[in-house]
Amino acid sequence: MNRDPFSLWVYLSQSPLLWLTVTLLVYAIADAISIWSHRHPFANPVLHAMWIIGLFLELTNTSYTTYFGGAQFVHFLLGPATVALAVPLYENRKVVASAILPMLVALAAGSVTAVASAVLLAEAFGLPREVVLSMAPKSVTAGVAMGISESLHADPSLTAVAVILTGILGAITVTPLMNRMHITDFRARGFAVGIAAHGIGTARAFQVDTVAGVFAGIAMSLNALVTSLLVPLAVTFLVR
Amino acid sequence: MIASLALILLCQLAGEAFVRGVGLPMPGPVVGLMLLLVLLLLRDRFAVLARGPLQGDGVESASRGLLANLSLLFVPAGVGVVQKLDLIVNHGIAFLGVLVISVLITLLVTVATFLLASRAMTRGGEGP
Repeated sequence: MNRDPFSLWVYLSQSPLLWLTVTLLVYAIADAISIWSHRHPFANPVLHAMWIIGLFLELTNTSYTTYFGGAQFVHFLLGPATVALAVPLYENRKVVASAILPMLVALAAGSVTAVASAVLLAEAFGLPREVVLSMAPKSVTAGVAMGISESLHADPSLTAVAVILTGILGAITVTPLMNRMHITDFRARGFAVGIAAHGIGTARAFQVDTVAGVFAGIAMSLNALVTSLLVPLAVTFLVR
Repeated sequence: MIASLALILLCQLAGEAFVRGVGLPMPGPVVGLMLLLVLLLLRDRFAVLARGPLQGDGVESASRGLLANLSLLFVPAGVGVVQKLDLIVNHGIAFLGVLVISVLITLLVTVATFLLASRAMTRGGEGP
């Protein structure tokens, strides 16, 4: 038996068990608060779980690599969850099939706006070229965005920061914004948040309405495809 | 349950293999999504396919379980961002400002075009 609390901590803090438990536990609490607040936009469980765990790692001087040793099991499920989007898509295929045209038009307008607004605004704010390039793919899912960033010789880790922050910002702002604009079409609301805020926006859409979630999932998948073709073009034309 | 998860992983695996093999600039799981969708549609047409995870509510309930907790899956990546916040310290306000304005513009433009196109379509459908 090990009675020394410090050596027990040293042992546990290196094991995946502790960090997987911390991830699930903190998220469960953040999600319970989110449900208790009737899914209030500012009670976003991703936002609160990430800063609480981040602070905990900082206080315990734990490296992200050690943390990820446990959290990777959760992170891994992002791929299967993307595949799983096929099921709500299949179940709502009639609604989706009747909205193909609006989706394609909104996809074109939305993905161009997402890239062009980021590049033009970043330039207008006087950000350096490397930062501008890193922000261009910020509306697509992290894996794809980092790949685009790499191919532009930008900074993939800065891109990851921009992607996650964009997702959180989209997830927080979409409900109040759409309500204020009196937009009640959940297909359109979901599609918009999927284009603007990828998976984190899609997760938010599923909290609000299943149809919104389905359209967000489609938008996110299509946008990943379009943006990877669009960003190199935008960079050629828009960046000084 | 296990068979359903295996089917989902198999679709993802096939998607990854296809994307790498052909050199497509899209994520493997998205191809996996399309593959699973095609399987579900084919199952309705050909009764032979309705077995294992494709019968009853197998792969459907496993997928719903995964998607019900979609937010959780972004937490590990999000924690990575908290640790890298020093990257944006130099350009903090401008960086955040660009993201906020860009996200709002993108939401508005997308939702507006979707609604306009959808209205134009219904009007066209009602016409002579």
